[in-house]
Amino acid sequence: MSEIHHDCCEHHDHHHELVVEGLRVTYRGNVALDEVRFATSCGNRVALIGSNGAGKTTLIKAVAGLVPRAAGSIRWRGTAVKRWSREFAYLPQREEVDWSFPITVRGLVEMGRYPQTGLLGRFKGSDREAVDAALEALELADLQHRQIRELSGGQQQRAFIARAIAQEAHVLLLDEPFTGLDRRAATQLGERLERLAHEGRLVIASHHDLRSAHELFDEALLLATRQIAFGPVAEVLTPALLDQTFALPAALTSDP
Amino acid sequence: MLPGITLGIVVAGALTQLSAFMGALFAALFVGLGSVAVSRGKRVAQGTALAVIYTTAFAAGVAILPHLDTRQELEHWLFGEILAVGNTDLWTMFGIGALTLLTVNLLMRPMLLTLFEPNVAAAQGVPVRTMQYLVFALLALSLVASLQAVGCVLSVGLLVAPAATVSLLTNRTSLLFWGGGLLGAAGAVGGVLLSATLDLSTGPTIVMLLGSLFLLAWIFSPRYGLLATRSH
Repeated sequence: MSEIHHDCCEHHDHHHELVVEGLRVTYRGNVALDEVRFATSCGNRVALIGSNGAGKTTLIKAVAGLVPRAAGSIRWRGTAVKRWSREFAYLPQREEVDWSFPITVRGLVEMGRYPQTGLLGRFKGSDREAVDAALEALELADLQHRQIRELSGGQQQRAFIARAIAQEAHVLLLDEPFTGLDRRAATQLGERLERLAHEGRLVIASHHDLRSAHELFDEALLLATRQIAFGPVAEVLTPALLDQTFALPAALTSDP
Repeated sequence: MLPGITLGIVVAGALTQLSAFMGALFAALFVGLGSVAVSRGKRVAQGTALAVIYTTAFAAGVAILPHLDTRQELEHWLFGEILAVGNTDLWTMFGIGALTLLTVNLLMRPMLLTLFEPNVAAAQGVPVRTMQYLVFALLALSLVASLQAVGCVLSVGLLVAPAATVSLLTNRTSLLFWGGGLLGAAGAVGGVLLSATLDLSTGPTIVMLLGSLFLLAWIFSPRYGLLATRSH
């Protein structure tokens, strides 16, 4: 992790802030997400909590620029994010990935360099170094020539994080990263996310295990199509607010 | 997405015989890009869209053909006539081949990102939609290029079998991009020679040869074959 520097929070006075205001997403006239407003900064791990169909995936995709916003704004480091930002990395749910795709771990991580190489660009020495560093940082160097299906669930998750690191992303948007991992892999991923945040990244992940949320995340956003609450985990995961989050019939709209 | 592509696009080439090439190209683009457009709505999978549009266009071609006062038989459109390929055809094929190779190599990275995981690609700023249309346009062009030689039906085999074979043998991206083309060329030459020796129709022999190679790879591939030791 030596040559990718993060001029971040802990070492500087200024914070890199992500500010979301009045965010709304609609699908074919149905409101999928509404009244989302929160501000957080790098160094934090934010959990998105809500029942299935509450809009967690939609929120992640909206911040990543994958679904159009009907209203609202997203600002990162004081600049409005219009559609997508090269400093954001989207990590899909593991089930959504075609693991039989003929590509190696290294090939997957190399994809992270697209914002740097561009549409027609070739791979340069600096790109190779960034890929090497990312593989090293995620302890995947020994596995780099494996086809991606030959990895365990935890390793597959790490491969996508390595791709985000190679991209030099500052904001990691993870969709259900802990789903389907065994306990050991989940613990390791938790430590990994903590380290990523400590290095100055902002980690935002949808999550549905309330018990583990306290140790895995710093802040939580409760979602039931509308934002119910946002704040430090201990302040937000209260019985009253959780009732409000999960009691509502969240099936009014559904995640895509 | 790849299995959907394999269904092939060009069958509607039979729609017109006045300018067969333009007709085939138009129909192929219509079918290919139409399937991308229809599947954009997310409700219909691309393979499904392609199957519906493709068979419909095929049916239209078969229905119209008898009324066209054409000198060429249905059979010619379906299976081609490689020994009747003229110079113009050769130049067209060469042009299309060069264009495809050039485009695919220049845009290898964004295409790869799109084919692997379009959402992650889009979040990185890859023009995913453009890439999807481009891939299908190139596919349609390539299919039309082999129309004269092997016909609407067999061109699908010629297009897909070599790539499928190579994908059983390697995970290296560059090999996937080049290997299919090389294997297809080798198969075509081998097929022509073989057909002369065995006194079989040329087009079908090429496709049978490529199909056999695919079967062999499917059975004997050291990693992904039926007999692979570390199967799991």
